Amino acid sequence: MNLRSVVARQSEKLTQWALPIGIIIVWEALSLAGLIPLRILPAPTAVIAAAWKLTLSGELPRNILVSFWRASAGFVIGGGIGFALGLANGLSRRSERIFDSTLQMVRNIPHLALIPLVILWFGIDEEAKIFLVALGVFFPIYVNTQHGIRTVDAQLIEMGRAYGMSPPTLFRRVILPGALPSIFVGLRYALGIMWLTLIVAETISASSGIGYMAMQAREFLLVDVVVLSILIYALLGKLADSTARLLERWCLSWHPAFQSAQETEA
Amino acid sequence: MTVQALRRIDNLNELAPTPGKAEARGAGLAVTIHQLRKSFGQNQVLRGVDLHIGAGEFVAIVGRSGCGKSTLLRLLLGLERPSGGHFRFGERTDDATPRGAIRIMFQEPRLLPWASVLANVEVGLGEQRPPASARERAVATLREVGLEDRRNHWPSVLSGGQKQRVALARALVSRPRVLAFDEPLGALDALTRISMQRLIERVWVDQRFTAIMVTHDVSEAVTLADRVLMIEAGEITFDQRIDLSRPRERGSPEVAALEGKILRALFRNAAAGEDA
Repeated sequence: MNLRSVVARQSEKLTQWALPIGIIIVWEALSLAGLIPLRILPAPTAVIAAAWKLTLSGELPRNILVSFWRASAGFVIGGGIGFALGLANGLSRRSERIFDSTLQMVRNIPHLALIPLVILWFGIDEEAKIFLVALGVFFPIYVNTQHGIRTVDAQLIEMGRAYGMSPPTLFRRVILPGALPSIFVGLRYALGIMWLTLIVAETISASSGIGYMAMQAREFLLVDVVVLSILIYALLGKLADSTARLLERWCLSWHPAFQSAQETEA
Repeated sequence: MTVQALRRIDNLNELAPTPGKAEARGAGLAVTIHQLRKSFGQNQVLRGVDLHIGAGEFVAIVGRSGCGKSTLLRLLLGLERPSGGHFRFGERTDDATPRGAIRIMFQEPRLLPWASVLANVEVGLGEQRPPASARERAVATLREVGLEDRRNHWPSVLSGGQKQRVALARALVSRPRVLAFDEPLGALDALTRISMQRLIERVWVDQRFTAIMVTHDVSEAVTLADRVLMIEAGEITFDQRIDLSRPRERGSPEVAALEGKILRALFRNAAAGEDA
């Protein structure tokens, strides 16, 4: 690789940041010029100042931690059950007959419509938020795992059988790797739903977390804190997505879509 | 594949089989098929096939699409259960077929895209592979098909012919005693096809497994096989020995004459079938 292509690659990486950084600069300039009323949108510097103040008081790290914990707990529970049922219903027709139509019915209920019921059941405790997140995460993982397993190349499965693979080996070496691309689609979709559900749940019923922080700030007209909360959600969402992408790249390195031009030329 | 590679395979091809070598190794297994029938619902695909294939024999099965030739292979491989009749491997009836003794090469390479070339070859070793010698054997087999330098690549970067050579290595690595080919070269271009035929012939001469090749290509059948069978409407209707010396020259008068004879039989029977 020569110097020019290194530079080209680096500048390509920077391009994706040009737009957000540009927007922030324009935003700051307009705020300084007094064109954006502070009551509507505080300047970026004001948001950074609020972040600094809340970090020093310990409020911000605590709320991020609480939200992060809820998101992960809900994700692990909902995703785990979804994955297990997706595997079962993908592999066994009988299991599919028992569970699938019921699950499809439940899937058609928007899970956020359950908020009143969930509050009645769990109050505004942790269980309520975790339950909602788990429910939201469950379906994308379930549907895509099942779909992935069902669509594994039947010729490869036949090859595995002809070459004497036992069912566990067949699953480990053929079926699961074949289903992975689809499972990752479900994973990334589920991560988006995870944050969305948590934001709504925390805004409506919570006594801690980033959503709660935003709602409190609204009561006291602290617009900078409200904007900060929104930005933190954006960052956490981006972080989750990048992690999933990284994992995908690592697990699916065999996939032509994830091979760099250089490798495919060889 | 390059011209040099073709030449190399040609040269290897000229090595004559050592007499007595096959018996010493006990490589090929005879296959005896008795009144084998298979139907899918109302559709009778095989209607009582009787066939004996000698140990180490190379048999080609030709026939039109849907005549039941692929079904016969799938039954031998245990991928389908027969509706009637039976078959056995080896001469003795109590001969339990050892694992990995019967292998198949499909029309498609069917390589695992998420496993390296070498790992794909190792699939052929089966479940209980001795870990130490396994890798060595897989590498040696890859060398045999001329792809040792590609061992760590993903299958997706290989060409169609290279993929099929990996599939051949996967079939060979367990030293099978019966090797079934289900039109393995049908999807390859003409040149790659010829070089693959030479490779298969060379390996067979060297290892003397019993080879059963289903093919559409009559000239391929005549070039490779000791015996060409024709299946027509679920029965064997034609059985022709090919006693030409190897390697056979494509386009030589003897090969062309046999090709013509088999093609005529194919068309005659087809025409008779249409009249009926």
